[in-house]
Amino acid sequence: MADTSLSDSMIVARGLRKSFGDFEAVKGIDVEVRRGEAFGFLGPNGAGKSSTMRMIAAVSPVSGGELTILGMDPATHGPAIRGRLGVCPQEDTLDNELNVRDNLYIYGRYFGIPKAEVNERVDELLDFVQLTEKAKSKVEDLSGGMKRRLTIARSLVNRPDLLLLDEPTTGLDPQARHLLWDKLFRLKQAGVTLVITTHYMDEAEQLCDRLVVMDKGLIVAEGSPLTLIREHSTREVAELRFGVGEHEALAEKVADLGSRVEVLPDRLLVYSDDGEEVIAKVHERGLEPVAVLVRRSTLEDVFLSLTGRTLVD
Amino acid sequence: MSDLDRLDQREDGSDQRAGAPDQLTLGEGVRRQFDYWFTVYKRTWRGTIISSFLAPIFYVLAMGVLLGGFIQGDPDKLEGATSYLAFVVPGLIAGHAMQTAVGETTYPVMGLIKWQRVYDSMLATPLQVRHLVAAHLTFVGVRLVMTCGVFTLVLAPFGVFVTWWGAILAFLAQVLVGMAFAAVVYGLTSRMRSEEGFGVLFRLGVFPLFLFSGAFFPVSNLGDVGAWVARLTPLWHGVNLSRMFALDHVTWWLAAVNTLVLVALTAFGWWWSVTGLTKRLVS
Repeated sequence: MADTSLSDSMIVARGLRKSFGDFEAVKGIDVEVRRGEAFGFLGPNGAGKSSTMRMIAAVSPVSGGELTILGMDPATHGPAIRGRLGVCPQEDTLDNELNVRDNLYIYGRYFGIPKAEVNERVDELLDFVQLTEKAKSKVEDLSGGMKRRLTIARSLVNRPDLLLLDEPTTGLDPQARHLLWDKLFRLKQAGVTLVITTHYMDEAEQLCDRLVVMDKGLIVAEGSPLTLIREHSTREVAELRFGVGEHEALAEKVADLGSRVEVLPDRLLVYSDDGEEVIAKVHERGLEPVAVLVRRSTLEDVFLSLTGRTLVD
Repeated sequence: MSDLDRLDQREDGSDQRAGAPDQLTLGEGVRRQFDYWFTVYKRTWRGTIISSFLAPIFYVLAMGVLLGGFIQGDPDKLEGATSYLAFVVPGLIAGHAMQTAVGETTYPVMGLIKWQRVYDSMLATPLQVRHLVAAHLTFVGVRLVMTCGVFTLVLAPFGVFVTWWGAILAFLAQVLVGMAFAAVVYGLTSRMRSEEGFGVLFRLGVFPLFLFSGAFFPVSNLGDVGAWVARLTPLWHGVNLSRMFALDHVTWWLAAVNTLVLVALTAFGWWWSVTGLTKRLVS
């Protein structure tokens, strides 16, 4: 068994594959996650992110290629790997009939942590995720954001070296998302290696040092959010909203104004380093958009440019 | 618990480093889930009082005492029992063990797999499928010990057991038949996609078995063919074993066959459960 302290690679995947019968969810990906970084898998639903995460969590067997987690092979050292991982699954798998505190305490016991120590950690974690006052509440009485925080607290009960978060903020309101991002940011600063899947580009931009963009089981781009934007998009984007059904026809008339034009059902995106200039020229040509907006390029644009589709369908 | 805790500490410490034992032993895996199942029990024990104790006592009163008062059976026809109450009680407890076991391994297992997905969360820890199955079946075993044990203790003063050791062996037979059903039905549940099948299982499986596997009348009353069909059912092996011991009317080769069948069913059920849950959750 390799000692991970000698290496800075927390996860190494080479040609990693996952199939379910005839369906190939992950079609051979190379990934390396280093100690202390926040690494993201960005992609739409069905891109293969969750299948990858389940393999990294040492739950789902690898169908092909190589995978090393914390220096160990999940096929032979699954329990040892899982003992050092924290997993925050896409759907909360909390026990609704137990109270908040018991959910954490019982989970700590699965790792074989002594009772007194679990109790100590549970108090700390409740404080960390701001649920101390809810300690005796039933899980079913919590809001969505509180449940998410509890799930994150639960994933930290074994003081993991590597924290896996599958769509951590899906379905939460903006306030709850920001609170959660703050918690994750603190963990990152404390040196916990984070692996996050998300289909929200703002989340990836907020949290990830480095990320891969996945589509249909493959990695289509890799880098830091800034590099990806620089490499695959322009500095700015002009969004032009016309009447319903007019976008397709009008795209040709503005095609030369930017380096690229994307047609979405409700708007046109013109990619250019100077968005204001695009808008001015649109007006010069006698076109009258119902609404215009100039914004900076985001990972969403990177994804659109790479795959021709939006992240959230 | 202090010794166990010390053991815990050592294992926890080693878990934090590479070089930790990769597979937990079955016992250690079950022990780590003790707090979970204890909490589940604390939450549900009030509800189980009715199903575990009151319902069977009503059965004994209605069938054994009140209905049985009309039955003046020849001990030869009642498999050696001197009263209908003495005849019906060992079978009733065995049948009740089956019902408890099936109750504990249908909806609760489906809930942990599918509704709350608690099993998924457990499998994200060092625990493995076999630990989950073992802990769950251990919990069912404890429930069986308690419900059959209390039943036996309550009925002992009514003279339904001929010898004290017979009562103990009958009790073990009841727990064994319960475990056989628990293991097999757990395996079935682990393969079921929805809970709709449970209705069929109860109506066409559990209930007919309860009525026709010799708990209420000797299976010889079913005619030659009927009797042999009944003797092929798992519950009959438990009822027969339980009754032979309770009435101290033991045919030892038959007792060995009954025990073997029930042990084999339990072993098969264990294998079926572990493979079923693995297919379902570790894909």
